[in-house]
Amino acid sequence: MPGIGAGHGGTWTGRTMTGRRRYLRRWIWAALGVLPVAFLSGCSFLGAGPQSADQPHADNARLIWNLFVPIFWLSVVVFVIVEGILLVAVVRFRRRPGQPMPQPIHGNTKLEIAWTLLPALILAVIAVPTISGIATLAQNPGPSAMTIRVIGQQWWWAFEYPDTGVVVADELHVPEGQTVRLELTSRDVIHSFWVPQLAGKQDAVPGRTNFINFKADTPGEYDGQCAEFCGAQHAHMLFRVFVDTPAQFQAWVQSQEKFPATPASGTAAAAGEQLFMSGACIGCHTINGTKAQGTIGPNLTHFGSRTLIAGGVLSNTPQNLEAWIHDAPGIKPGQASAQGASPGHNQIVMPAFPNYTPDQLSQLAAYLESLK
Amino acid sequence: MVQAAVTLEREHYEGSRIWSWITTVDHKRIGILYLMSALVFFLVGGLLALLIRTQLAVPDNTLLGPDTYNQVFTTHGIIMIFLVVMPLNAAFFNYFVPLMIGARDVAFPRMNAFSYWGFLFGSLLLLSSFIIKSAPNDGWFAYANLTTDLYSPGRNMDFYMMGLQVLGIASIAAALNFFVTIVNLRAPGMRLMRMPLFVWMTLITSVLMLLAFPSLTVGLIELMFDRYFGTNFFNPQAGGDPVLWAHLFWIFGHPEVYILILPAFGIISEILPVFARKPLFGYPFMVYSGLSIAFLSFGVWMHHMFTLGVGAVPNSVFATTTMLIAIPTGVKIFNWLGTLWGGSIEINTPLLFSVGFIAMFTIGGISGVMHAAVPVDYWQHNSYFIVAHFHYVLFGGAIMAMMGAIYYWFPKMFGRVLNDKLGQVQFWITLIGFNMTFFPMHFLGVDGMPRRIYTYPPGMGWDFWNFFETIGAYILGVSVMLLAYNIITTLLRGEAAPADPWDGRTLEWSIPSPPPVYNFAVVPSVHSRDAWWEEKQAHGTGAPAHAQPPVRGGAEEGSEGLSIHMPPPSYFPVLVALGLATVGAGMVAQIPVIVGVGMALMVISLYGWAFEPNH
Repeated sequence: MPGIGAGHGGTWTGRTMTGRRRYLRRWIWAALGVLPVAFLSGCSFLGAGPQSADQPHADNARLIWNLFVPIFWLSVVVFVIVEGILLVAVVRFRRRPGQPMPQPIHGNTKLEIAWTLLPALILAVIAVPTISGIATLAQNPGPSAMTIRVIGQQWWWAFEYPDTGVVVADELHVPEGQTVRLELTSRDVIHSFWVPQLAGKQDAVPGRTNFINFKADTPGEYDGQCAEFCGAQHAHMLFRVFVDTPAQFQAWVQSQEKFPATPASGTAAAAGEQLFMSGACIGCHTINGTKAQGTIGPNLTHFGSRTLIAGGVLSNTPQNLEAWIHDAPGIKPGQASAQGASPGHNQIVMPAFPNYTPDQLSQLAAYLESLK
Repeated sequence: MVQAAVTLEREHYEGSRIWSWITTVDHKRIGILYLMSALVFFLVGGLLALLIRTQLAVPDNTLLGPDTYNQVFTTHGIIMIFLVVMPLNAAFFNYFVPLMIGARDVAFPRMNAFSYWGFLFGSLLLLSSFIIKSAPNDGWFAYANLTTDLYSPGRNMDFYMMGLQVLGIASIAAALNFFVTIVNLRAPGMRLMRMPLFVWMTLITSVLMLLAFPSLTVGLIELMFDRYFGTNFFNPQAGGDPVLWAHLFWIFGHPEVYILILPAFGIISEILPVFARKPLFGYPFMVYSGLSIAFLSFGVWMHHMFTLGVGAVPNSVFATTTMLIAIPTGVKIFNWLGTLWGGSIEINTPLLFSVGFIAMFTIGGISGVMHAAVPVDYWQHNSYFIVAHFHYVLFGGAIMAMMGAIYYWFPKMFGRVLNDKLGQVQFWITLIGFNMTFFPMHFLGVDGMPRRIYTYPPGMGWDFWNFFETIGAYILGVSVMLLAYNIITTLLRGEAAPADPWDGRTLEWSIPSPPPVYNFAVVPSVHSRDAWWEEKQAHGTGAPAHAQPPVRGGAEEGSEGLSIHMPPPSYFPVLVALGLATVGAGMVAQIPVIVGVGMALMVISLYGWAFEPNH
């Protein structure tokens, strides 16, 4: 998975930059009607991104892609036949001067029955693997699978591991080679959990539980994001899935189960802890082993070990964190036409804290980043 | 003959010019009103589309904020579906269905006027939301429970709710009208299986509208109760279920797709035989496939909900029905190819748009089959692959057909021929711009770009195609400007159109362009399919219509023409529609007085309508 780690930060890679002009020229020709060529040349331009579905790294996503490929080639055949006949007909039978009136043919029953049955046959060929695919993906893998609860909310994802009690936000860790069963639900409106290289999407519906089963087979980092429109900041409901080796995963779970260390007194982090515990933060956030036990916002117990914050929008740096605490609604603005609406009403719940001084912000950041 | 028409119009349209348009019950004038309104809304919707594409041209763009973008994409969809394609269909239903079946007007002329004014006022109610920067912002599908007052405060979704309710009432009235017109007002000999295919598709579309809209109405009423009166239809915390909305919406929403596209099928089936000089290939198959599509369209709605967790068995069933619907659609495409094959094809603008329709709609149909394969849909659903698919169906399909229809029928409606050279240029620019805008969206779908996101970070592999698509969108904008230019200059100083400029096959070409107010001086009698074509064959080939006036075509002008009884104009339909929209506006504003005034206006006007002397 080259380039995944730098995913959100990078710009044009060298490859796409040189490809740009070449493909532009091809596309001018393609747009003139050579669509099949365009599609094929386009395909060679695919798969570069961290969310490209043509690079599956789990059984679920692989089943989907392996079903798509034969359907795609069948489609190419149908496309070439239909568009070919159309082009030939228009060119060959265009009107010429002095041409006699064409035969008034009203139809041909045999031909029409044939082109009713032929598509039916093609569709039957597609229907069989489709239905078996539905069954495979819906199959409960049983107790051997690891269950993880996935809770969508405006506009971030919470992940809970019921077996170990670990609760995290924005980042999901799963072990390589083991089937995981995600139990999807929502705390507010409908969201959709989609990490294209690992699994097809399923919606997180409030009041219901949906499931995604997948077994990842390549360690790495996989980007995902909400795929059901869920309000003002739908575009900024991102997350990342870490597929760890079994040993890495065990180590990660063990570190997450521990309470974070209390900062040494006199440090900036200790001052930050003081601010955190005496301020509004504890009303919404939990840090295990402390008096902060709020459940509205993300669990921050091992905040310092994460790479993303703010619903996956920002990378986890002290500067970003300070900016976020200072003015979260400015970074993720809600519905403008509902000014004065209370938090949660199509507005991010995290309020702005304009009264913290720059020093206080850096102390808070130092404390949170120390939670590893 | 022309003199007779003028005399009649004077007799019927007293008062000022504008007043005569407001009170008109003439199906032709109402058709022109629908056409012109829809074209203006097309410009508005297109402008919003350009805003969307400009915002997405580069990553992390800040041109539009999130809430503005959500309003823009939502309204773009609503405008294009309810304010552009549906009224364009209605424009051609209005103008041409009575002409094609040999009738003098629709069955309920005043209700027809009400449908138009209801549509116009409903549209204006919806669009007035922009004035207070509170346009609908939860997508045209408006999934509950995001739309409840808790998660969508403000007036945005109230405009959606009330605007669609008014539009829905107008649509149901129109559907009823066309259904009754086609069933009851056909000229002698115009049996069902002799009707032009466009009339067949209008009939089927009307049935779909009558059956589909009530489901939306129920959903909107439940949403209204949730938002205004504290019920919990869609509130999961109180035992409601957001999935209920999804069912109600898509039971409407999928037939709606066919409400949008079946009239286009009808138009293509009219244009191809005329310019290929061959009868439609496999007429009965075309009728039956249209009927099968309509029937099946009520059994596929859950394919919009494959990822919502309805279960493996429903997903399998709806995958199968969705694949089934591809069969009659394929039959139509092959029969169009059969119509062209062996013909003597005149290459002009309407023909090019029709061929473009077949070429583009085929792509949309094929990608539709891909989504029917449910596991593939788990990937493609709500990605840009879907955006590509439905634009191939609705722009490459419906809009291309509408553009073809405009070039084809403009001479009949306005008595002037649109510039064909400019039209052909416009066709190629449309085709190029369209494919540049929408084909790469398939690639973005493969690369995992979701729909309805107002921006995206760099480095996702999406930058190049998004920028490319934006260029394509502006090329499409140029094509629409060319169409507008062509229409305006032709209306001002276009080449005058004869009665039958294309050597047409159906009855509308047998009467003058534009037709007199009473359409047919003598109600025609029909002896075959392609009634006007067969008539011309019987009276010698190639003779232009105006040189050899048919029995039905106004040869009996003069005293006979003047004695034709036509429905008188009425201002009650516009008042009822105004009252209805006022009720909607009052509900949006939550001011009971306005609701009361609107209701009073409606009741009083309906009373006046009922007792209006009809002579």
